[in-house]
Amino acid sequence: MAREPELAARQAHRAEIRSRWLLSAPALIIIFVAAVGPLFVMLAYSVMVRGDYGDVRFGEFSSEGWFNVFFQRDIFDDTITYADAHLSIFWRSIRLSLITTVSTLILGFPTAYFIATRPRHTREVWVFLITIPFWTNLLIRTFAMQEVIRNEGVVNTLLQALGVIDQPIQILYTDWAILFGMVYVYLPLMVLPLYASMERLDFRLVEAGYDLYAGRFAVLRRIILPLVKPGLVAGSILVFIPSLGAYVTPRVLGGGKNMMLGNLIELQFGAGRNWPLGAALSITLMVIVMVALLFYVRNASRSGATGHG
Amino acid sequence: MARYFDVKRQTGFATIAIVTFVLLYLPIAILVIYAFNEGESLANWEGFSLRWFVAAANNDAVKQAAWRSLVIAAFAATFATIAATMAALATTRTRRYRGLTFKYAMINQPLMVPEIVTAVALLIVFSQVKVWTGYSGLGYLILAHTAFCIPFAYLPVRARLENMDLALESAAADLYATPWKTFRRITLPLLQPGIVAGFMLAFVISLDDVVITEFVKSGGQDTLPTYMLGQLRRVITPEVNAIATLFLALSVLIVTAFFFINRQKA
Amino acid sequence: MPEPLRVNERRVAVEARNISKVFGTGEHALRALDDVSVGIAENEFFTLLGPSGCGKTTLLRLIAGFEFPTSGAILLGGEDIATLPPYKRPVNTVFQSYALFPHLTVAQNVSFGLEMLGKPRGEIEARVAEMLKLMRMEQLANRRTDQISGGQAQRVALARALAPAPKVLLLDEPLSALDYKLRKEMQLELKRMQAETGITFIFVTHDQEEALTMSDRVAVMSAGKILQVGSPRDIYDRPAERFVADFIGETNYLAGTVQGVDGGRAEVLLKTGGRISASYSEGMTPSGEVTLVVRPEHARAVEGAADLSGAVEDIVYFGTDTHIHTRLDDGSAFTVRQQNSRNAVLPFARGDRIGIVVGDDAAQVLRD
Repeated sequence: MAREPELAARQAHRAEIRSRWLLSAPALIIIFVAAVGPLFVMLAYSVMVRGDYGDVRFGEFSSEGWFNVFFQRDIFDDTITYADAHLSIFWRSIRLSLITTVSTLILGFPTAYFIATRPRHTREVWVFLITIPFWTNLLIRTFAMQEVIRNEGVVNTLLQALGVIDQPIQILYTDWAILFGMVYVYLPLMVLPLYASMERLDFRLVEAGYDLYAGRFAVLRRIILPLVKPGLVAGSILVFIPSLGAYVTPRVLGGGKNMMLGNLIELQFGAGRNWPLGAALSITLMVIVMVALLFYVRNASRSGATGHG
Repeated sequence: MARYFDVKRQTGFATIAIVTFVLLYLPIAILVIYAFNEGESLANWEGFSLRWFVAAANNDAVKQAAWRSLVIAAFAATFATIAATMAALATTRTRRYRGLTFKYAMINQPLMVPEIVTAVALLIVFSQVKVWTGYSGLGYLILAHTAFCIPFAYLPVRARLENMDLALESAAADLYATPWKTFRRITLPLLQPGIVAGFMLAFVISLDDVVITEFVKSGGQDTLPTYMLGQLRRVITPEVNAIATLFLALSVLIVTAFFFINRQKA
Repeated sequence: MPEPLRVNERRVAVEARNISKVFGTGEHALRALDDVSVGIAENEFFTLLGPSGCGKTTLLRLIAGFEFPTSGAILLGGEDIATLPPYKRPVNTVFQSYALFPHLTVAQNVSFGLEMLGKPRGEIEARVAEMLKLMRMEQLANRRTDQISGGQAQRVALARALAPAPKVLLLDEPLSALDYKLRKEMQLELKRMQAETGITFIFVTHDQEEALTMSDRVAVMSAGKILQVGSPRDIYDRPAERFVADFIGETNYLAGTVQGVDGGRAEVLLKTGGRISASYSEGMTPSGEVTLVVRPEHARAVEGAADLSGAVEDIVYFGTDTHIHTRLDDGSAFTVRQQNSRNAVLPFARGDRIGIVVGDDAAQVLRD
């Protein structure tokens, strides 16, 4: 009789876990069917033989897809060389993403700080002003940037009118255009997490810093920066990852030639008709993203353990 | 004039912030302004006119794409919100149990994989399924959109649940409400702002999607964003600006509503 | 079938029988309640008193049905309810945070329990009106619960819990969020409410003063066990254990050896010299080395020799009384509390040697 309540409690607990699985089933199934599962199919595709008109030959396996990510075989003498075209696109993607991250940081950090130091009632308005572009269609924002940097766009027209230049500067369809576009499009993703951690910043700590003879820069470097580091890391990750996988922005602003990884992947599923290579490239991109995320998770858990003391 | 020392001031930060805001809004402003241009060019201002809005409104392709966008967003947001609300109920306010981390990882998975990767993976799977089943309707798009909308709908519902006082449901149970009645009368009404917010987020996210839609859609299934993407390859007239402006207005409207709902219930 | 138990000739409303509650398992296991047995009489104002983490709230939650006991039985009117869910128990709770439903009005909060019980519309309306009147909240019936003050929220929580006329009302530190003055008011109000409704109140608090002023009986808890159950007077004047003596009020301790026991009193030879007679609690026979407790206000400081003697270390003025801190000859500290009056002046100062008279029935032998 004494065990009876405990038994009832354990049964109740088990029933609760079961109902929790039932409740989460629809979300889990949808995501498995339309997001996670296809990734496994793609993994399988990456090791199959390419079909002549796209697709693959089922059941015929080949390492050709993965081989082609990094190497190429000369059509005439079968010599193997590095796939320079691919590697340069990898390199461009990583380089542009890093520069984008740093640029958004340079613009975003002071902006987030500015918002966080406004009086409470106006602060909401500033946050709102950041949120609006964040939720505005990415394609529209890219298109807006295109209009600004076109040869006949505002920038060139203005510079010509001022007599700074005679001929319009070709910005569109260069790496610069992609960079401008990505900075413009991903800037809110940097500001919002930075703001979130700055909003919680205890300015009595800043006062304590000044009290202990720190100058403005010392306070920024020794007190503010370490305290908002979680937001800084989160913002950087939130900008870096979509930059790396960017597709729309380089397609619209980079034209056909200045490809990034996303466009290279699309090419394999379109004109390239090399699905195994496209699948292998996709997985490679995903792995790079996962590594970046892992770095973030480790960083976040570490700062979580030491922070909020 | 003597300036008092301001502990919050950092040299140059305010200037950079203002520059940032100008940079954020200037391109959008230009885009909107040229939507009202009388002329056909995006370079010269030839006077105010609504002709491009009229043109967009009379363009069947635009109307169909817009309608399709709304239909997909409505279905996807509804399904995603229901699934996400159930998942949020299943994953909050509990001790850790086996599989909880797995659930978190699954629900947030669409946020962690680059869109282009999911897009081509879906292309691979759905193109095969289309061959097998012969069905090539909007179902694929709705399913794909539902999946990536779930984490967005999940976020505000979960936040709302975690901030909810557990004692409220205890109190209801104490006052003779069965678990179902407690849910109907207490939990659900209190959750409602989070659910509405989740639905709106999901709706906007679905409406905005380009990449996944571009790869999953069958022929003649353009949504407004993929239609615009197609147009950008051609000679652009201010009609695109007009479409973008209308789209923008809709997004701003939803986000504003979201902002106020969230603030009011904070 | 458990027999109906009686406490002080009253029928028992709630009984906890050998209740243990363990949270978690393995090395993280926490024994919140350890073989607790207690009976609470009908129409009693019963208080569970103890520091945070002593298990008092856990015991309350077990009675309400929010937790299941690991072992043991909870009897309500003689029936074991340990496995019933909360919505099947005729027991209502006033929560520490009040837990008022924020989306419902004051009246809707009060009627909630009645609606869930499926009472007819007319009866619900009449009962809600009655409860609001009892709480003097008629004007606030249609207010939202976030538009009322803390004191009013407290009353709504009480009205909501009392409306279904439960057999037992559980109150989980309901006054802790109120400021001092309001708390005093509500203490009286709660007493009045309990007397008027005749419902058994089980009240949880960590505030000893609250426990002493409001309760018929108090159970002092520590580390998952009930150490002593008794009337406030018993608990204060005759603490059975050091923890109880410490937790409630201020206390002096005296070491000594029992010389003999006679008629419920022990003759104790103090370590400082001198003998006093001390009472002890039922069920024990003091012998050998013991510790006595003496409340500071039950002793008197005098000039010259007395039961105890020592040197004045400090004299602290408190308005209503004065605390005289002394160091006894064996090196232990002893404090005497003396009532002030406008013309009385203490005839000694810091450093003086004084005597201390321990009152007739002032010392109690601790169970150790």
